[in-house]
Amino acid sequence: MTPLRQTWQVYLRGARTLRRQPAYLGMTIVQPLIWLLMFGALFRAVSRIPGFHGSYVDFLTPGVVMMLAVFSAGWTGMGFVEDINAGVMDRMLASPVWRGALNAGTVAYGAFTVVIQTVLIVLLALGLGADFRGGVVGVLVLILAAALLGAIFASLSNCIGLLARQRESVIGAVTFVQLPLTFLSAALMQPSLLPGWIRAAARFNPVNWAVEAARSAAMQRADWGLVAGRVGLLVALLLLAALLATRAFAAYQRSL
Amino acid sequence: MPPAIEASALSKTYPGPVVALAGVELTIARGTIFALLGPNGAGKSTTVRVLCTLTRPDRGSAQVAGVDVLADPVSARRVIGVVGQKHGADLEATGRENLVLQGEFYGIVGRGLKQRVEESLDRFGLAAAADRQAKTYSGGMQRRLDIAMGLLHRPRVLFLDEPTTGLDPEARVALWREIERLAAEERMTILLTTHYMDEADRLASELAIIDRGQIVARGAPEQLKSELQGDGIQIELAESENANAGAALARLDGIREVELDGRTLRARARDGGAAIPSVLATLERHGIKATAVTVARPSLDDVYLRHAGRAFQAEQPELEEASA
Repeated sequence: MTPLRQTWQVYLRGARTLRRQPAYLGMTIVQPLIWLLMFGALFRAVSRIPGFHGSYVDFLTPGVVMMLAVFSAGWTGMGFVEDINAGVMDRMLASPVWRGALNAGTVAYGAFTVVIQTVLIVLLALGLGADFRGGVVGVLVLILAAALLGAIFASLSNCIGLLARQRESVIGAVTFVQLPLTFLSAALMQPSLLPGWIRAAARFNPVNWAVEAARSAAMQRADWGLVAGRVGLLVALLLLAALLATRAFAAYQRSL
Repeated sequence: MPPAIEASALSKTYPGPVVALAGVELTIARGTIFALLGPNGAGKSTTVRVLCTLTRPDRGSAQVAGVDVLADPVSARRVIGVVGQKHGADLEATGRENLVLQGEFYGIVGRGLKQRVEESLDRFGLAAAADRQAKTYSGGMQRRLDIAMGLLHRPRVLFLDEPTTGLDPEARVALWREIERLAAEERMTILLTTHYMDEADRLASELAIIDRGQIVARGAPEQLKSELQGDGIQIELAESENANAGAALARLDGIREVELDGRTLRARARDGGAAIPSVLATLERHGIKATAVTVARPSLDDVYLRHAGRAFQAEQPELEEASA
């Protein structure tokens, strides 16, 4: 009970910050809309490539969702960096609070942001005429996959924040991984049109797992075996990332 | 009953290598205000970090309120309150939100928590500002919030790491009163670190001077001062080339511990006022001009000078003690 309560309280702290910073809230909302519109316009011609099937908005929506999930949850570790600089982290660590809750609460908040953004993208995509063949269930799977992916990167970001304690390191890590992970996946391009080595690399890429699960469940006739497999991989990676972040507190304390 | 704090042979070296603690021994009786005094980089904060389970020493052992902080840090965290050097409060959150979250961290929930938060806000004069973001608070109010948070779970030992650093003189005195009130009302043990002599002198019933990772002196402030036996005499010389001035003074009856530090000549005498005429006469006989003479009752600065072997103010370039 206590770990859950504490996780919830840490989550609330993050959520309050979002509510109190309207500019940040506005960016959180506007960003996904710009991305979908921009990518949609930029890559519209892709659907004319021989071998590409279906509408590009249908295809692109899960890709943009996952790209944004990595990007927006990736900043989660900035909160820890600021807590460390402000003395808040030491105060929390001198209390008997469960370390896992400090990570899980901020990760939950990061994932919550991703969920809001995903819902906005889905609504916009509907407006652009996207066809969610998987219906409500399919969209829920899309949201789940995005939340899991966001949670993984939020946790890893916390890890970096605790170990490196510098904003620059978190910024560097996010910008370093985001584009390669997006391009080494079927986020923006149909798998059959990807070069062989990218297709091979994509098999180990969590962004690709999330894209495949979401695309299958929400946009196509769902292959539930594939969806379950990919979601399972995401859950497993999330547990690993959460474990790493929780252990990073001990590493941080060793350096004090 | 075990002492409130007992530490023995605490050693810690940071990569560099920088020796932060070189065998700190500390015993602090229950219900006292104990000051750990020393310049930046002396090991004050590292000692506190070890005692409040934030970091581990390379060697040594420590118990707080009878709990072994190395073997059982989680239990230790329940009985201590920590107010760090930097603001522990989340400045984006309100005072009330900070207190509630802090209570939850200690497993205090529901109506009990609500009541405690209200009491705490009243007690520290924050009730009117309870629902304002802490970043709108004055320095003194922020510090009071930090302390309110450190006390919310009613710890048995409270650590105050440089509580008045950065406060204006008025807020400083107000905080001193608050700390005195706490010690009197709660009968709590308070370990306070400071680099202000007057702060230690006013608040602490006992203090230890830490220098280069070791405790170099300890005792009640009065006791440490009386150990110096006599007044301090400080003479500012017109010129610095006066190597024989010290030697001449040292030969005088009743004058001890003569030290020359640039143009400043320091010495001790049992009765400083009475010694001045003969001191000045001696200097004149040697053709040495004095520009100013002061006689002072022993202060903690003198105690520090005696034990650390150098004046407190004239420190070498400060070592960054906070590692973050």
